[in-house]
Amino acid sequence: MAEVLVLLDHTDGKLKKTSAELLTLAKRLGEPSAVFVGSGVDVALPVLAKYGAEKVYVAELPDAADYLVVPTVEVLAATVEQAHPVAVLLTSTPAGKEVAGRLAVKTGAGVLTDAVDVEAGEGGKPRTTHSVFAGSYTVNATGATDTTIVTVKPGSVAPAAVQGAAEQVALDVALSDLARSAKIVSSEPKQSTGRPDLTAAQIVVSGGRGTGGDFGPVEAFADSMKAAVGASRAAVDAGWYPHTLQVGQTGKQVSPQLYVACGISGAIQHRAGMQTSKTIVAVNKDEEAPIFELVDFGIVGDLFQVLPQATEAIAKR
Amino acid sequence: MDIVVCVKHVPDAQGDRTFTESDKTVDRTSVDGLLSELDEYAVEEALKIAESHEGSTVTVLTVGPDQAGDAVKKSLQMGADKGVHVSDEAIHGSDAAATSLVLAEAIKKIGSPDLVLTGMASTDGTMGLVPAMLAERLGLPMATYASEVTLDGSTVTIRRDGDTATERIEVSLPAVVSVTDQINEPRYPSFKGIMAAKKKPVETWALADLGVDAGQVGLDNAWTTVESFTARPPREQGEIVKDEGEGGTALAGFLASRKFI
Repeated sequence: MAEVLVLLDHTDGKLKKTSAELLTLAKRLGEPSAVFVGSGVDVALPVLAKYGAEKVYVAELPDAADYLVVPTVEVLAATVEQAHPVAVLLTSTPAGKEVAGRLAVKTGAGVLTDAVDVEAGEGGKPRTTHSVFAGSYTVNATGATDTTIVTVKPGSVAPAAVQGAAEQVALDVALSDLARSAKIVSSEPKQSTGRPDLTAAQIVVSGGRGTGGDFGPVEAFADSMKAAVGASRAAVDAGWYPHTLQVGQTGKQVSPQLYVACGISGAIQHRAGMQTSKTIVAVNKDEEAPIFELVDFGIVGDLFQVLPQATEAIAKR
Repeated sequence: MDIVVCVKHVPDAQGDRTFTESDKTVDRTSVDGLLSELDEYAVEEALKIAESHEGSTVTVLTVGPDQAGDAVKKSLQMGADKGVHVSDEAIHGSDAAATSLVLAEAIKKIGSPDLVLTGMASTDGTMGLVPAMLAERLGLPMATYASEVTLDGSTVTIRRDGDTATERIEVSLPAVVSVTDQINEPRYPSFKGIMAAKKKPVETWALADLGVDAGQVGLDNAWTTVESFTARPPREQGEIVKDEGEGGTALAGFLASRKFI
């Protein structure tokens, strides 16, 4: 059976949830092999075995995290050459896509980005599903090359536990001069809000221009449902909310079970980030707001009246 | 400082973007095109850098059919010095890998720029792959998703606002840098800028001018294949309630009926 490489996303061996998701998808295509770059593989091994990794390629590069992607690209390229995988799966993050782009040119493999599903297609090649043009089209695609690189959106599949051998294979890759060319000279961790991660949350509540800069009612309503909080571009551009929490074409694309848009008109820029949500609710003073075209339930009203009342009603339950 | 900015002409996201039935490529005719909004930030940043480094040249580069020349024109109106438009029928349907090949060869022909700037992604394909592919093809270091760019001699430092941390990343020139929409406020072309743009040089190159073989680009040689595209069924509008004092209660009631609370 063909090997499928999964690039692990981790901090000192502590794996991100997406690693298990990618291993689950890899199993559909062939024999999952994890690729570990950095240090702390012992921490990761039990999780990798639990989610079906048969092999774990390990490149012990303690300083890999100090540089942008190129060390990882060089390790992966060497692994592709050795294993001839049918696919390389990565997470759709800025770093994941940057690795994918460089790796594609290095190895001559096709790349498919932002897949929301991956299955085995003709000849065992990955067949992917993508949501494009602001969620208005669904596209199916395949690779035309022996190896196909696929970046997968977080949360695309529920991780399935299935025992794997997780046999370690040490890699000895001599890095080029270019590998250490983009150095991360400082990193300031962001303060956690204590709310769920925007792209992984089951419920997202977002505020826009209609908040007038006061996100208090939006946050209180979100907290009553343990939801993540997002913002429209108008709110972010006005400096009311951080850009990392912007939902939209140039921000995060979310697809939660429930999306509640508060004081957001629903411009295409915003719809691109949320219109694949399962259930959509909007609160807006303007009954002509385009967001109402998308909703399962809409309230024409002032969010400063509606949200506190809803928050109170939820608290009473 | 010689700067090349790569820009893309894309179908306007405000229009009903779709695919061409026959070859499953992006339909570039039924919806009016424009300079990709995300590339305006790269043009603006190039102009700002040029303004603070005397003797700089900003060359704007695009690959695409005839109408893609509009993206070059808009960039020149904003203030770029010259334009290069690579246009060749054989390029139609190219994937990111082939596009990056054409861009890389064009950049080599333009000269050896100190800095190559790009947007973070196009607004049509939104893959965000081309900047990294370009850096790989040019053998250059790269710093991506910059929300601030600082030049100091032959070193570029960028700030990147990630989800969990704000990082500063340092690369030596020459380098490729991609910028986000948080980096600046792109200028509107002034009347003077629009008039001046008419006199600015724009070169049009075909693949042959770059020594790229038609067999390396285009739909038939793409490394990936679009099998099918399906329009998402329009969402059916649900119940709309006017708040007359009980809107919040109604909202909670709806959420409870769907078992969200």
